[in-house]
Amino acid sequence: MTATAGASEREQLAYIAAKAADSRVNVELETEGMTLNIGPQHPATHGTLRIIAKLDGEQVISADPVMGYMHRGYEKLTEVRTYPQVTTLINRIDWLGSFANEVPFILAAEKLMEVEAPPRAVWIRTILFEMSRIANNLLGLGDMAAQLGAVTPVFYAFRDREYVLNQVEAVTGGRFHPNFDRIGGLKDDIPAGWIASTKDSMVKMRAAADELETLVFGNEIFTTRTRGIGIIPADIALEYGMSGSNLRGSGVDWDLRRDSPSGLAYDQADWKVWTHPDGDSYARAWVRLQEMREGTYIVDQLLDSLPSGPVMAKVPRIIKVPEGEAWVETENPLGAMGYYIVSKGDLVPFRVKIRSASFNNIAIVPWVLKGVYVPDIISILASLYFILGDIDR
Amino acid sequence: MISTLSSVLLSTVLAVEIPYWGQTSFRVLGGLVAILLPAGGLVYVYLFKMMSFMQSRLGPMEAGPYGSMQLLAEVGKFLQKEDIVPAKADRVVFLGAPFIVLLSTFLLLLVVPFGPDAWFVDLDTGVYFAMAVSSVSVIGILMAGWGSSSKYSLLGGIRAAGQLVAYELPMILAVVGVVIQAGTLNMNEIVFAQANGEIFGIGVIGNPYILTQFVGFAVFLIAIQAELTQPPFDMPVAESELVAGYMTEYSGLRFLLFFIGEFATAGVFSAIAAVLFLGGWYVPFLAPEHNLYNVLGPLVLMAKIFGVAGLIFWFRFTYPRFREDQLQRLAWKFLIPIALVNIVITGVLKVVF
Repeated sequence: MTATAGASEREQLAYIAAKAADSRVNVELETEGMTLNIGPQHPATHGTLRIIAKLDGEQVISADPVMGYMHRGYEKLTEVRTYPQVTTLINRIDWLGSFANEVPFILAAEKLMEVEAPPRAVWIRTILFEMSRIANNLLGLGDMAAQLGAVTPVFYAFRDREYVLNQVEAVTGGRFHPNFDRIGGLKDDIPAGWIASTKDSMVKMRAAADELETLVFGNEIFTTRTRGIGIIPADIALEYGMSGSNLRGSGVDWDLRRDSPSGLAYDQADWKVWTHPDGDSYARAWVRLQEMREGTYIVDQLLDSLPSGPVMAKVPRIIKVPEGEAWVETENPLGAMGYYIVSKGDLVPFRVKIRSASFNNIAIVPWVLKGVYVPDIISILASLYFILGDIDR
Repeated sequence: MISTLSSVLLSTVLAVEIPYWGQTSFRVLGGLVAILLPAGGLVYVYLFKMMSFMQSRLGPMEAGPYGSMQLLAEVGKFLQKEDIVPAKADRVVFLGAPFIVLLSTFLLLLVVPFGPDAWFVDLDTGVYFAMAVSSVSVIGILMAGWGSSSKYSLLGGIRAAGQLVAYELPMILAVVGVVIQAGTLNMNEIVFAQANGEIFGIGVIGNPYILTQFVGFAVFLIAIQAELTQPPFDMPVAESELVAGYMTEYSGLRFLLFFIGEFATAGVFSAIAAVLFLGGWYVPFLAPEHNLYNVLGPLVLMAKIFGVAGLIFWFRFTYPRFREDQLQRLAWKFLIPIALVNIVITGVLKVVF
């Protein structure tokens, strides 16, 4: 239809109207992004992490983690507690590997007081430290499978974790929050028969690791959901301050257990640092599985070479830490965890700075979630494996 | 020809003529029993017990002997709960959605034969009808997703729609092989064809089509797994991503309807798979014309339903879930070509033999 000079006014108006309608249809359909609030109450966030995801369809344009819903003010609370009381608090930072939280703080306090724990205490500390890693990594893997939709492995993980928790309970009296580490050593010695039963449980943990490997890692759907998803290159991971299994999953050979074994007996065992070059979700989970298995070997070796002697050094009844500052960092189940203690010579610390692993590990979320699909948000978060208490403290 | 099992039994055994209202009541009663009995059985046997044993726990043990009354307790719990409608929800759409989902299940059941003379409707286009009404549930799910005015529900509803539409095709194509082999679309005649059939001249156990249409059976099983939105294809209700997908905003009775509907649909799809591939109500070594099938038929079909549903739920409790695009890729690049090749081979063999 063309506008001709001879056409009536009515026809010309119809022509203009048709043109206008055409132009409206032919512009690209305007779409609007959607903001999806994942959390603070959501099944995939293990607590109260909130992720504000801006979506285009199911693709993520930007994702912002919002932290602090579970902030409990531990750094401030330590300032009104004596040194032995602090361990009760910091047990609750990474609640799945509680004993490992106590160790760096106690080591830092010992450094200030210039006390050295007797070798037997150091050995038992390292064993319990490694057992909390085994329990933590096992549950992390089971939970990752649950996040990906497989309901069964997480029950196996909970079931098998009991073998470790029973051993921890036998020594410390607490399954979750041992509160067992003391400045200058440990609260108690191990009970009779504990070495044999722990070796038994380590055999069971290796079986659990094998089962998990076939059940989860051998599953093709698990592989397609995690391989090539959420790739974090080594340099990016270092820039964002990641640590622990997540960093080693990016191929960085960095492990504080080997690199600075101060105060712990890791140099007394023969073991290997596992890395994976891929840097995707699968690599991070795989490194976790290998570390869990390696942990059982470390425990076995340290049980064999357990020295005799006291478990407590000579420390005054009322602990006053001399003036000074100390920084100790250890390789916790979730990554590097450190305590910076400033003491003014009082009964209580003047200031404690807690460097927890998950806070730094979760910082990469905006970078790594850009451009992935909604289901991958869940699998990537599960593979980064954070504990809410470890993020918010 | 239109008669239910109960009315057949009454008219033959008691030799009384049943008025129309009586037949209708029996039919409604029979439909409810045929839906709820497998659904309740599947929930107890598979969801409560098999899943628990697979996960090294006991499952419900307290309600009734060995926890067998647990489902009644659950139903009682759901009935007591408040039926909440979100403030911004599209009220009519929101409230109606569960019934449409359940309607699809009841329509599917219409054409399933329970014995040589027991069915609800004897349609000559039975398979066609079943495939058509199985997609009615998509409307209900879309309504639930849209009407809830929740982003999680919306995503779940859209995912469900894409998924169900994609998996209709392999399901239909998988059934075409059976139809070619039986030469009929009537469900009951397909059972007769299997009972009287033979493979390479051996007809001792008849010819249950799973033996010749094993590819079709596998494709059909995968497709109904996706139609039921069960793992590994449960993205529409993925609880770790979308909380509960299109069911997120539902509570009380309406959530119960979705829940029962899921298992009832599993039962009915298993029944259709049993009829098409496993010989329906027929058991070997008992001629299909035998009168015993009026009683035995429903029991045999029930056993086969539980067999097929056992497979479905076994997959459900074992596998992690796919991603949405991986699911589509599986349907369009793998299942549909395989089903098409199966049709071609079946057609060629049908002509040759």
